[in-house]
Amino acid sequence: MKKKPDVVNKFTGDSWAYSKSVRDHFFKPKNILWEKPVDAIFDAEGVVGSPACGDVMRIWINVNPKKDTITDFKWRTFGCASAIASTSMLSVMVTERGGMKIDKALQIRPQDIMKRLGGLPDRKIHCSVLGDKALRAAINDWFKKTKQFSRIVVDGRQIIDPNTKTTEADIEEAVLEGATTLEAVQKRTKVGIGFPECLPKVEELIRFYREKYFGPDLI
Amino acid sequence: MCMKKSVKKRYYFDHAATTPLDKRVLKKMMPFLTSEFGNPSNLYEMGRKAGQAVAEATETITDILNCRPDEFVFTGSATEADNLAILGVARAHTKRVPLFNSESKGAPFFGRIIVSQIEHKGILAVCDVLRKDGFDVVELPVLKNGLVDLEVLKKSLTPETILVSITSADSETGTIQPIAEIAKIIRNWKIENSLKIKNFKLKIDGSLPCLHTDASQAAGYVDIDLGKLPVDLMTLSAHKLGGPKGIGGLYIRHGVNIEPIIYGGGQQGKLRSGTENVPGIVGFAEAIRLNNFHRGDTSVKIKKMRDELEKGIFKLIHKVVLNGHPAKRLPNFLNVSILDVEGEAMLLYLDALGIMVSTGSACNSQSLEPSKVLTALGNPYEFVHGSLRFTLGKENKMSDIKYVLKHLPAVVKKLRAMSPLDLKLGQTAKISNQKAFVGNQIPHFVRKSH
Repeated sequence: MKKKPDVVNKFTGDSWAYSKSVRDHFFKPKNILWEKPVDAIFDAEGVVGSPACGDVMRIWINVNPKKDTITDFKWRTFGCASAIASTSMLSVMVTERGGMKIDKALQIRPQDIMKRLGGLPDRKIHCSVLGDKALRAAINDWFKKTKQFSRIVVDGRQIIDPNTKTTEADIEEAVLEGATTLEAVQKRTKVGIGFPECLPKVEELIRFYREKYFGPDLI
Repeated sequence: MCMKKSVKKRYYFDHAATTPLDKRVLKKMMPFLTSEFGNPSNLYEMGRKAGQAVAEATETITDILNCRPDEFVFTGSATEADNLAILGVARAHTKRVPLFNSESKGAPFFGRIIVSQIEHKGILAVCDVLRKDGFDVVELPVLKNGLVDLEVLKKSLTPETILVSITSADSETGTIQPIAEIAKIIRNWKIENSLKIKNFKLKIDGSLPCLHTDASQAAGYVDIDLGKLPVDLMTLSAHKLGGPKGIGGLYIRHGVNIEPIIYGGGQQGKLRSGTENVPGIVGFAEAIRLNNFHRGDTSVKIKKMRDELEKGIFKLIHKVVLNGHPAKRLPNFLNVSILDVEGEAMLLYLDALGIMVSTGSACNSQSLEPSKVLTALGNPYEFVHGSLRFTLGKENKMSDIKYVLKHLPAVVKKLRAMSPLDLKLGQTAKISNQKAFVGNQIPHFVRKSH
C-alpha cells in the first residue's frame, strides 16, 4: 500500500495539512452553541465520543415537524482541528437553504462532509466521523420524543451486504479483532462473497477502521 | 484570527524537538562543508586534516564528559545511539550459550533488560524487537511526580539482567531522574549478589548489568561529567544543544561488551562503520563546548522565564495540571494539561499566532495514541489530550513569555466555550467512560494494554 506523505492534501495537493476551507471552519466555526445549553430551547440533542479518546461531540437540533426538516443545528466539541472543521461544515450543510429533510440528513456520511471541506489529511479522517454520528443520535432523540419509534435508526446497523446481512458494525468488529485485510474480513463475515458490488465500500471501511484503531498504514 | 504569513514573528517554544543552529557552531563547521571536504580515512593532507578535526572534536567532547577519547562513538542521531547501546549490548550476549529457563518455555533466553516506561521510542521500540529475540524486558513504572519507581528497580534486578536503561530526563516533562542514585543501587546490588552473579554461567563479564542513560534532553542543562554520573553508556544529541541535526553520539565505558549494529569499513574502532560526518562532528563539539561554558548562566535565565510562564498560566487559566516533577525538572520544560480542551486544536490556534509548542494529544501523534509518557504518570486520558509542552531555549526572551501569556488565555477561553466537557481537577479514574466511544468500543490504546 503506497502512501503519500501525510502533509500533502490528498484532494488538492496542498502542502499544508489542512485545506483553506478546513482552516476557515477551524478558526471561525459556524453554529457553535456559545451560550449555556438550555434544554428547553432545543427539540432534541445527541452526544457521541469519549473525552478519553480525545473526541466528544454534542449536538442540539430544532425540527420543523410539518416539513420534517432540521431548522437549527448547534454543537460543541472537545476535539481537534479536523473534528471542529468537519462538524462546523456539517452544521452548514444541514441548515443551509432553510433546513435539510430529516431523511436526507440521516444519509450524510463523513465522506460527504470531507468532500465539501476539500479533503482532510489521511490520518485525520478518523477525526471527522463524530459529527454525523452525533447528528443521527440527535435525530433519534427527536424520533423518541415525538414517538416516531419506527423511524429510529440504530447506528452501525446499516447493511452493506444484503445477502449476508453484514453491517458496518460487523466490519468494525472484525477489524478490531485483527482482521485488517479484505480476505481476513471475508473469512469472518463472508461479506461480498455473493454480492461483490459492495466490495469497494467494504475495503474503504476496512481501511478506515484499520487506521482508526491501529494507526496509519506504513508504506 | 489573522492567517497572513507575512506578519508572523515566530515564538519558538519547542526546543525539546530541536534547537536553532548556533551561528558560532555554523562558523566552525563551514570549512568542512566547503573547502576542507576530505575523508578522515585518507592519508594525504586533506584527509589528515579532516582526521585531525575529528580527533580534536572528539577530545573536546570527551574532556567535557571526563572520559577517554576512544570511549565515544559518533552516530547519525540520538536514536541510533540508543539503538547501538541497547541492541549492541544485547547482541554481545546472544553470542553466549543461551539459557533455557522455566519462563522461556524451551525458547532460548539471553537475559533481562530493564528500562523505564518513559523512555524515548528509540529505546522502547528496540526493546520490542528484543522481546522476540530471547530477552525479557521489564518496563519500570513511574510515580505520579514523574520519577522512576526505584523500589521496583531494586526488585527487578536479577543475575540475568544485562542492561538497565533509564533516561536522564524524559522528553515530555523534563523530569530529572536520579541517575547517580540508580548507579548506586546497581552497584550495591552487585556487591550483595556477587556470589550469585559469579555462579551464573552466562556472566563472563562481572560488570553486568550495564547502566545506560539517554541524556539527549538533559545534556543542555545538567552536568554530564561522568565522574559524577557513573554510567556505562550515555546517549547525546547535537541538535538539542544548538548543534546540527544528523549527529549524535554514545559514550561507551572501556570494557563494556558491545557489538556494532552497522557494519562496513570499520571506522570508529569498528563500532560504527561509515565515513565520519566531519562537519557534523565539528559542530557537535563546538555546540557542546559552548553549552558547557554557558550552562550555568543560561539555566538561570531560562528557568526565570519558564517559572514566569508557569506562574502566569496557573494564574490566568483555571483547571490546569502540571505534568512531571514540580522541582526536579529541566529548567526549560513546562508541560501542563489544560482541562476540557484538546491539544491539537490549541496547538493550531497558537500556531496561527506564531507560537510553536507541542502536545501529547493522540490527534497529534502518528500512532493516534495519547502520549505514553504522560499516560505513565497516571493521568486520565482526558488530561493527556489537553496537554501542552513548552520547551524554552536560549534565544527566548521575557517578551516572548508575555506574548504567550497575553494570547493563551483567550485561545483556551474560546476552545472551552466550544467544549461540551467539564472535567474535574481531582479526577483519578484512568478513563471516565470506556464504553462511550463510537460503536461502544473500548479505544485501541486501552485494549492493547489489557
